[in-house]
Amino acid sequence: MDNVIIQENKSNSLFKKNILYFTNGLLKENPALILLLGMCPTLAVTTKVANGIGMGLATTFVLLFSNLLISLLRNFIPTKVRIPSYIVIIASFVTTIDLLMQAYLPLLTNSLGVFLPLIVVNCIILGRAEAFAGKNTAGKSILDALGMGLGFTFALILISLLREFPGTLKIDFSDFGLGILTFLKNADNPTLSIFRFNIYSGAKIFTMPAGAFFILGLILAFKQNIENKKKYGDK
Amino acid sequence: MNNNNSNKLLVSSSPHIQNYESTKSIMWTVIIFLIPAALFGVLSFGFNALNIIVASIVTSVITEIIAQKLRNQRITINDGSAVLTGLLLAMTLAPSVPLYIPIISAIFAIGIVKHAFGGLGQNWANPAIAGRIFAFVAWGKEMTTWSTPFTLDGTTAATPLLAVKSALMEGISSNFSGPLSLLQSLPKEILKIDIDYTKLFFGYKGGSIGEVSIFLLLIGALYLLYRGIITIDIPFSFIGTVVIIAWIFDGTLYGKGFFTGDFVFHLLTGGIVLGAFFMATDMVTTPITKKGRIIFGIGCGFLTMIIRMKGGYPEGVSLAILFMNMLTPAIDRFVKIKPFGFEKSKEVK
Repeated sequence: MDNVIIQENKSNSLFKKNILYFTNGLLKENPALILLLGMCPTLAVTTKVANGIGMGLATTFVLLFSNLLISLLRNFIPTKVRIPSYIVIIASFVTTIDLLMQAYLPLLTNSLGVFLPLIVVNCIILGRAEAFAGKNTAGKSILDALGMGLGFTFALILISLLREFPGTLKIDFSDFGLGILTFLKNADNPTLSIFRFNIYSGAKIFTMPAGAFFILGLILAFKQNIENKKKYGDK
Repeated sequence: MNNNNSNKLLVSSSPHIQNYESTKSIMWTVIIFLIPAALFGVLSFGFNALNIIVASIVTSVITEIIAQKLRNQRITINDGSAVLTGLLLAMTLAPSVPLYIPIISAIFAIGIVKHAFGGLGQNWANPAIAGRIFAFVAWGKEMTTWSTPFTLDGTTAATPLLAVKSALMEGISSNFSGPLSLLQSLPKEILKIDIDYTKLFFGYKGGSIGEVSIFLLLIGALYLLYRGIITIDIPFSFIGTVVIIAWIFDGTLYGKGFFTGDFVFHLLTGGIVLGAFFMATDMVTTPITKKGRIIFGIGCGFLTMIIRMKGGYPEGVSLAILFMNMLTPAIDRFVKIKPFGFEKSKEVK
């Protein structure tokens, strides 16, 4: 992959060459929407935007530090035991972020539940360690981790926004100690009415597992449609 | 056309038997024979039921046009399949739901269940059933608020199955001979009407818009059977399984032994007739072989009775049909047609 990026980028500007490592994860190889990695948290925790942000940033943190450490240690880890070594490194950072979040964001930790410790087995992190950090320098690995992590966060926020808002007609940030974003007078009764005539009420299905599949499927179909139009023209 | 003797001996290539039915004629015939039952629902539950039917049909047709435009297909709203989906969907909704429920469910049924998977003939589930389940899961409270029949004053009452379910959930003190005597012993404000078999049969009861009049649905179904538009195998095995399971096991819920269940009550309440004759017989989402269709019907009946007797919901016809729709490819795979003249190849040892 390294070679591909270098070949694509003919300009010799150092900044332009390196920025590609960052934007790669954001758009071209977005882990959740294009590589379809880490589907378990993508589908399970995106019931609330707050969960999406928390999960995305926690994953970014783990990805950043594990990529950094693995790229620094890449010449010292024997090839035969590299997967156990990567897992040990990743698990230590997951424990760190888990304890930190339990201390400072206990409500968010409760909502994320078991999916926070399960970042250990998130295939994005092991995938980047194996595919990128184990072969590249620390600087490149940091850029890659940031791009991948923020791309994942973006995907989670997109999915959770499309699930939480139609489902409950509000966006609940109380897990971060902030308020509830809504235009309804009574946030507990998600019914939208004009002149006492109900025109919409929150569809619970979007906050249920079935809704996660619908929304992810629709996003992927939409993305594929755009790509097909780019590739084959408007036909 | 040509009566020359020499032509009588010529054999053209297959197919030899022509059927003059087309998608269009089938769909519109089914629609015509569903309309009496739908109108009965409007008569019983008032103007809101008519609004729901119209909203559902119009949204289905518009969604079909948009989806076919987007997919660069010929627009085929004349064949009536979108109208039929809209009508069937509306007939399975509760009569007092707000209008956004039929509209969004119809968009889901046509746009996602039908066209996202390839349009007519490619859908993985009956769009009307999937739309109903979508509405049921998304707006559970609205979808289980039932109007009192023939009062038009906006009061709500329980359906017979819901009343039986909640009475059984609370636990019954004395022994009843069956669900009917249990319903007759309940306080008046639950059902708000008297109930006997005749009233259940002709539709004087609460329920979804199109499922209440068993009589009108059966008349339509008999004509469709006579025309050969639907075949008897799925309804027969579906209803037969319900009868057998209800007869054997339903009595145990009322403190009586096996083989005492009141299966007539089970057939006359809920959506079994609408589901068995008009929804489970959808040509696209049912197995292609006779044997497969009988397995399909048995599965539907079995799941319906499991949900009614043991599940948390009072009614399970639509869930059962949706589940069996998803099993259809598996049934087709294991129950294969044996082409005429072919023998199973013997395994070489």
